[in-house]
Amino acid sequence: MIQIQNVHKSFGNIQALKGISLEIAEGELFGFIGPDGAGKTTLFRVLVSLLVPDEGKATVMDLDVVNDYKKLRTQLGYMPGRFSLYQDLTVEENLNFFAGIFKTTLKENYELIKPIYQQIEPFKKRRAGALSGGMKQKLALSCALIHKPKVLFLDEPTTGVDAVSRKEFWEMLQSLKKQGITIVVSTPYMEEAALCDRIALIQKGELLDIDKPQNIINRYSHFLYGIKAERMYDLVKILRENTHCNSAYLFGEYVHFSSNTELDMDKLKAELISTGMENVEVISLQANIEDSFMDLMAKTNNQA
Amino acid sequence: MRIFIIKEFLQIFRDKRSLIILFGIPIVQVLLFGFALKNEIQDIPIAILDKSKDVYSQQLINKIISSDYFVLEEDLQEEKAIEEAFRKGKIKQLIIIENDFSEKLEKKNRAVVQLILDASNPNTASMINSYTSAILRDFEHEINPIPTRVPMVIPETQMRYNPELRSVFMFVPGVITIILMLVSAMMTSISIAREKELGTMEVLLVSPVKPIQIIVGKVLPYVLLSFSSAVIILIMAYTAFQMPMVGNLVLLLAESLLFIVMALALGIFISTVANSQQTAMLLSMFALLLPSILLTGFIFPIKNMPEILQYVSQLMPPKWFVIIIKNIMIKGNGIESIWKETLIILGFTVFFIGLSVKKFKTRLE
Amino acid sequence: MTNNQTNTKAVVVKDLVKKFGDFVANDHLSFAVDKGEIFGFLGANGAGKTTAIKILCGLSHPTSGDVKIAGYDIYKQRDLIKKNIGYMSQKFSLYDDLSIAENIRFYGGIYGLSRKKIKEKTEEYIEKLGLQAYTKSMVKELPLGFKQKLAFSVAIVHDPPIVFLDEPTGGVDPITRRQFWELIYKEAANGKTIFVTTHYMDEAEYCDRVSIMVDGRIEALDEPKKLKETYGAQSMEEVFIQLARG
Repeated sequence: MIQIQNVHKSFGNIQALKGISLEIAEGELFGFIGPDGAGKTTLFRVLVSLLVPDEGKATVMDLDVVNDYKKLRTQLGYMPGRFSLYQDLTVEENLNFFAGIFKTTLKENYELIKPIYQQIEPFKKRRAGALSGGMKQKLALSCALIHKPKVLFLDEPTTGVDAVSRKEFWEMLQSLKKQGITIVVSTPYMEEAALCDRIALIQKGELLDIDKPQNIINRYSHFLYGIKAERMYDLVKILRENTHCNSAYLFGEYVHFSSNTELDMDKLKAELISTGMENVEVISLQANIEDSFMDLMAKTNNQA
Repeated sequence: MRIFIIKEFLQIFRDKRSLIILFGIPIVQVLLFGFALKNEIQDIPIAILDKSKDVYSQQLINKIISSDYFVLEEDLQEEKAIEEAFRKGKIKQLIIIENDFSEKLEKKNRAVVQLILDASNPNTASMINSYTSAILRDFEHEINPIPTRVPMVIPETQMRYNPELRSVFMFVPGVITIILMLVSAMMTSISIAREKELGTMEVLLVSPVKPIQIIVGKVLPYVLLSFSSAVIILIMAYTAFQMPMVGNLVLLLAESLLFIVMALALGIFISTVANSQQTAMLLSMFALLLPSILLTGFIFPIKNMPEILQYVSQLMPPKWFVIIIKNIMIKGNGIESIWKETLIILGFTVFFIGLSVKKFKTRLE
Repeated sequence: MTNNQTNTKAVVVKDLVKKFGDFVANDHLSFAVDKGEIFGFLGANGAGKTTAIKILCGLSHPTSGDVKIAGYDIYKQRDLIKKNIGYMSQKFSLYDDLSIAENIRFYGGIYGLSRKKIKEKTEEYIEKLGLQAYTKSMVKELPLGFKQKLAFSVAIVHDPPIVFLDEPTGGVDPITRRQFWELIYKEAANGKTIFVTTHYMDEAEYCDRVSIMVDGRIEALDEPKKLKETYGAQSMEEVFIQLARG
């Protein structure tokens, strides 16, 4: 469905993409996971034919993003990072406009967008600018879907949207996927990775890893412990001094402490108590995507 | 395309700010300039030198004096008194009726009335001139109800102290030019820049819409609006303030349309350079509006400018348009005397359209 | 509100109401934040968080209610409040086309710091944040993570007792995000009160106490641990979703 081969892109001195290669299969829900400035938006713009790569080649549905861009543009759906809506038009007018530029109508494709549009239909006379973040996001998705694209590019659709709307949004993506639409999505929220079929971890214009989320997690090579105590900030500092420490990071209510060797948890707890820590709790943990990401990030940083 | 135009209109009509720029500013400007001038045209002191003293000449003098505009300050008897009358500085206009006025009108259907104006205040002078001309036409109609093709009473105007009316601040040509420039160039450039800023341009580019459709869809609504704005100014100037409209109206409107298209092309060009509404606004203001006010002879006469600025003013499209309107509205000239200026504006139009089509990107870089 | 209370509380809000026309953005909010506390202020989009923060920072007037920040009254002592708070949002940042030192000099100058003090701060920050390699660069050339940490440091250049952070970590990579929270912890350990909003639910766990706003009201306010117990949830995310979905 999508093939990317050794794509490079620079803006002035800044290398935004440093040789990205990957393939995405038809019907996949594929996620690019990485922080701001990792190159996600640049890559998306290359794929939707808005930017020409300096080097390398990319095809979407066997159409070259540079040479066949006119044909490609009729077939893809794109939702840029900021919800690109006309703030001064109503919900309905926005939809009709975007339907119009793709030479279709709201009626014709109502079935496809119905599950999403129904949630905002009560507000169809309201101006887009007056909608909440979650509703804007739904409207933008409806607009991107209105011409029944075979492939959908969503650039950070959940950034700045609260946890509830984010959850609902991913539920919508799952149901779109069932209809056979290939979905490529990017997000800075690591926990959303688990919801994708496959993910690519991206950082500073380079891919750290591409695989099913579970496989990436399985490759995590350290022993991981969750540790909790009264003074978390001091706890992190003490753990970093520990001889077995590979990394120690705040992680929700626990500190995630990774080590290259398996540790005796009771002994670790006793050690911590002896440094004056109170209410110490040590548990063994399974890594999650965020642990993997930080580990891969640290490794590439060390190589550099 | 239709869908674009609908969208654009919806947006324009919802944005109170742009509606004010479109219609509010022109109306206020015309009213301000208009009333400021109209108040001066009342009880203007004049002098008359009637060389024939016959029926028609008396009838004409009565008609002039009985209007609200003029007061007879001095009734001169001989030509020698003319200089003296002006030197006192009181009279603003001297009307000289030539010898054998009635006889010439009856036999040759043609007689001359000389109007000598104090043009030290050129605005007032040209207003007085146009009011007097109107009275003369009226008079002509009275003595000969069947309109003739050739005018019978020929006014010969002579400006004193400022013979060419160099700094004539003919507000209508100036205001029309500025409004068209402002509305057309600034509004289009802002509205395109806004789409870039909000990211909607990204979506449009990725859709199958062609760039030319985007441009025309953007421009057409503004052509209509700018044009109606121009017509409103003309109607107001003509009805409320009796501005002269001597030339061909169709020609004037056609020239206005050409100028609008030129300004729009310029606006699109600006928007290809500017990435935010603010930049677009500042660029339009400083690159277009100020020069078109300052360098087109609208306020300051070009001839008094430093040489370098005189050359720069050649590059200002509004300058040529002001010349065109003045020619049509005030002098009543036809296309034969303004074809050169028209060609220049046409050239600018082609140039800017070409430039913006070339610069309008189908991608983001 | 007794004097005693204002002495130990950094923020005291009582019956705060803010209306826009008929719309009630803040519906009788009442809460207090202790000195040195890290207070998480959560809520769905449009729940009224931003409105409340604007009022607390003295940028907007409440319709009714009492608010005291660092012991100063929001109606009468706005200028004093502004001197005693630091503010940083995701959008607000540093001047991109100024260098690190120039940014610090500017913000230090705004708060009337002496030249000597500004110089000290500049050296301290460059050292503390590991910015040695960037002393000559413009801020826009800094990696996002450094920018974020610098923005935080600049926001507290005048050593305010209270800092408001409006989604300070949006879009930042996971390692930098944690380093940022370590900075927050450090400042809290020094006695600063931290008032923070975030969309990352794991970050809610780092707070001493958390309030969750729904439709203009505070629906829950407690330590993260107790909230999870109350709502029988595994994580703060579950608590949040239960509350926000009603």
